[in-house]
Amino acid sequence: MTSRAKASGRLQRALVPVLAVVGALAIGAIMLLALGANPLTGYWAMLEGAFGSGNGLIETALKATPLMLVGVGITIAFRANVINIGGEGQMILGAIFSTGLVLLLPDMSGFVLIPLVILAGLLGGALWGAIPGALKAYFGVSEILSTIMLNLVAAQLMNYLLRGPFIDPNANELGAIPQTERLSEGADLPILFGSRLHSGPVIAIVAAIAAYILLWRTTAGYRLRAVGLNPDAARYGGMPVKRSIVLALTFSGALAGLAGALLVFGSESHRFVTDGSAAGFTGSAGFNGIVTALFGALHPLWTIPSSFLFGGLLVGANSLQRAVQVPQALIVALNGLVVVFVVSSDWIRQRLGLVEAHQPEGNDEQVETAEVEP
Amino acid sequence: MSDLFTETAIVATLAAMLRLAMPLLLAGLGEMYGQRSGVLNLGVEGVMLLGGFFAYWTTLSTDSPWLGLLAGVAVGLIMGLLNGLISVTLRAQQGISGIGVYLFGLGLSDLLFQKIVGTPRIIDPLPEIHIWLLRDIPWIGDFAFRQRSIVYIAFLLVPLSIWVLNKTTFGLNIRAVGENPAAADSLGVSVTRTRYATLTIGGVLAGAAGAGLVLTTGTFQQNFTAGLGFIAIALVYFGAWRPIGVMLGALLFGFVQALVSQLKALELIPVSQQDLYNMAPAVITILALVAVSQRFQAPTALTKPFSRGG
Repeated sequence: MTSRAKASGRLQRALVPVLAVVGALAIGAIMLLALGANPLTGYWAMLEGAFGSGNGLIETALKATPLMLVGVGITIAFRANVINIGGEGQMILGAIFSTGLVLLLPDMSGFVLIPLVILAGLLGGALWGAIPGALKAYFGVSEILSTIMLNLVAAQLMNYLLRGPFIDPNANELGAIPQTERLSEGADLPILFGSRLHSGPVIAIVAAIAAYILLWRTTAGYRLRAVGLNPDAARYGGMPVKRSIVLALTFSGALAGLAGALLVFGSESHRFVTDGSAAGFTGSAGFNGIVTALFGALHPLWTIPSSFLFGGLLVGANSLQRAVQVPQALIVALNGLVVVFVVSSDWIRQRLGLVEAHQPEGNDEQVETAEVEP
Repeated sequence: MSDLFTETAIVATLAAMLRLAMPLLLAGLGEMYGQRSGVLNLGVEGVMLLGGFFAYWTTLSTDSPWLGLLAGVAVGLIMGLLNGLISVTLRAQQGISGIGVYLFGLGLSDLLFQKIVGTPRIIDPLPEIHIWLLRDIPWIGDFAFRQRSIVYIAFLLVPLSIWVLNKTTFGLNIRAVGENPAAADSLGVSVTRTRYATLTIGGVLAGAAGAGLVLTTGTFQQNFTAGLGFIAIALVYFGAWRPIGVMLGALLFGFVQALVSQLKALELIPVSQQDLYNMAPAVITILALVAVSQRFQAPTALTKPFSRGG
């Protein structure tokens, strides 16, 4: 293929996620009309709210942080041909580990404490990723089902801890909000430019770049992608397929765990708090990260702008609700549509002749992981 | 502990077991049809939520729980057809597309509830039917034959599904398409049509499961399924893709849930530990998946889209 044809093919590939978002927004407009709201007013308010002011941009960056980490994690898993739907649970475990640590060591200086918080977050998520990884590699249990079940387990564990051992001692009565006390100030994420913006987004971007290096510049990453492209060939080539699967889900979970830790220590209240559901803590970032990963074409670096876009959608949803009185849940539904459209579009691309030929025989998962990029 | 073994407590637990098994059984049987034909539908939870919302809203506006059930089933039918479009015609990656359907159902049901209903109100549940004669059987009659109608429907679908899968041409086609779509295709069985049919059945039953939940509790709340749809998918693996297996799985889960809530009601579980006990269904699902994963063979074509010569 000539380099020119290759470039135009890449452009067309990049168009698919964009069209998916446009399509979802178009259906969203129809839904807004059906609910008696003006879609133009609504969408304009959304845009304004997310990107129209300094504060909006800060909120967008903060919302983008967990999406980016979870999205990059999902990308790593995807490259090894494993699907990580356990972002919610992994975020919770990261939050539990890091919060537990700070509750144990409240008086430590921030200089030591913050790196420890990050480490604990990574560790908690890694554990919750390694379990489904091992179950898949050694017992053949579908990681899709086990990660979802571990989300449910993690949510209950969080509820137990926040209503019991972790609960704010100043409000230790039945029916109190399930939350910790204001956590040690030493663990507050450093603030940037004296605003509400903390260093979380920077940490997330660094993690995305690290994931890129891992996947394309290290042996472990090369193996991981080889396993994802063709597990049989990788096995014949003497690669540790099982270990790569566990590793992929461990990395994937670690990043989600970090997202959970940053969510706690970057929050305005500086508490670990929930409403009794997983989403009450995570804001569904574990699921929405799937959307950012797909929109980022399953590439760690593209996931960065992708997360800012979807973070913006979430922030804008607030303004949309105020402007046209349509609940923010609309965005959850639209995210679902984006996912469906993106994964349905392989067929469309083939139909339009944008992708050469069909998938190789015997390739279970027909995700577009097939091209090894520079 | 002795409170648990009184006749009232046992009958109440067993009755709750059947009631709680109902949504899992409906959704699980529906998912089983899809998987037997080679399609993994991960969107069950989303369809349950949508079916549940429309059942709730219809019942609220018409005062007829039967119309509500019908609405839930109708929504399930539409979602099943859309699922066919996504998974069969568009050949989407099934592990992910279902999550999209889930998010869509989660968001839309929440959105519509907030926008159209707003404040939660209690609706009339489906009526209890005490089956004549059978209801008078000592013990068994008390828990098994004094249930709401939807519970009987769910359990009657088990023998029906056994018959459909094993004794009808349609059932043979489903199995052929799930094991070897190319061979089925060469013998003139339409892979596309068969998979559309099973996904529609799956949609209808998922819609009915969501409606059944709402129409037994009489309430709707955001994300009321709380993972039941995903557990139903796991039950299909656990039940080795057979109706009886799915039913046994649903009963096991119904029992665990019933037991936990009975223990809570009798205050045998300290309040502070209730959340830990709530983990039971998910933990058991994982253990069950480990236990069965290498014993039973999944349909060969599961998750593989079919195209001629492809």
